[in-house]
Amino acid sequence: MMQTALLMLGVGIFAGIAGSILGIGGGMIITPILTLGMGLNIKYAIGASIIAVIATSSGATIAYLRDNVLNLRVAMFLEIATTIGAIVGALLTGILDPKYLYLLFGCLLVFSGWNMVRKLRRGQEVLQRVEPDKIAAKLKLNGSYYDKAEMKDIDYQVENIPAGFSVMFGAGVASGLLGIGSGAFKVMAMDTFMKMPLKPSSSTSNLMMGVTAAASATVYFFNGAILPGIAVPMALGILGGAVVGSRIMQVLPAKWIRIVFIPVILYIGLQMLFKGLGVHF
Amino acid sequence: MADKQTATSKEMLQVESVIGRILQVGVIFSAIVMAIGLGLFLITGKSGYPGTMVPRQMGLILQGTWQLKPYAIMMLGVYCLILTPVLRVVVSIYAFYKERDHLYVAITTLVLFILMVALFIGVHG
Repeated sequence: MMQTALLMLGVGIFAGIAGSILGIGGGMIITPILTLGMGLNIKYAIGASIIAVIATSSGATIAYLRDNVLNLRVAMFLEIATTIGAIVGALLTGILDPKYLYLLFGCLLVFSGWNMVRKLRRGQEVLQRVEPDKIAAKLKLNGSYYDKAEMKDIDYQVENIPAGFSVMFGAGVASGLLGIGSGAFKVMAMDTFMKMPLKPSSSTSNLMMGVTAAASATVYFFNGAILPGIAVPMALGILGGAVVGSRIMQVLPAKWIRIVFIPVILYIGLQMLFKGLGVHF
Repeated sequence: MADKQTATSKEMLQVESVIGRILQVGVIFSAIVMAIGLGLFLITGKSGYPGTMVPRQMGLILQGTWQLKPYAIMMLGVYCLILTPVLRVVVSIYAFYKERDHLYVAITTLVLFILMVALFIGVHG
């Protein structure tokens, strides 16, 4: 019992640090450890991973809000798309074959990974157009953040709002239908499509994930998918890890985060493509 | 234009620090509740319930918490944690209102509304 608690605490700290730096939920790390490593039933693993997403989000954004990296307007505006998407996804369960969604999002993630490699090569992080995007200006989505690695305020613009909104809707559908946190999609929508710098993308994704996950978490909570002996030490570890991770993220150069992010996003993308093609391993 | 820009970011900074503080209190509170439950569970070695049973009805959880049953306290902490993102949305509405940003009061209220619909569908679906 003590062993399980300590193990989950350790797993949580690791997942919290990694998840908060990249802006993805802990689910990708937590689920395989619980199912493959500990032989836990998938139902409980999903329950634990949805708690992990919330813990990562809440732990990370405490620090982010104080440090002003997050873009609250972008978060709330896009949250409309994700939450509606999540409802549509939940309603489509059993109607739409998840296969196509896996294929679509697998392709998108691989495209996004490739796009990130290009961005890395060009070394250009911040979008600065002479003519700001009209929709972005109207919705006051352009923002600025203080980059601790570069020690300066960085003003940035966003564009392609309809595309970002659509991808967010898709991310919501995916999380409702496939039961995944879809943090990678959220970062992709902001970074790849809306051209938002990686750090605000990551921390905004963290906030949004928590809000989206809260809706489905209640369902899991009341249908008995939460095992307190596992979820509680893990959540405590994640909260601590996420606070530390979000501090680390702020001092890391965006380029390094991107270097870590690319293999992760390619891995998730390929995994989804294989799932869509019916290949399991 | 430049003046307007700084005013907006200054306001936003203030708004975000208010949200940050309230959220911090919420998150730390749920962490403390979870830690107390876990501590009791590890020290006593008992969940407070027969076998592998986990209390999941709110009434049962509150009753168990009152009786200091470890699993009940742990579940209460988890539930508080689940509510922290919802708390954030609620506080954001207030913050945008203080900032007199009516557009974002409307947008954030819409998010809260959709969230409530999702919760409703979740409970009844």
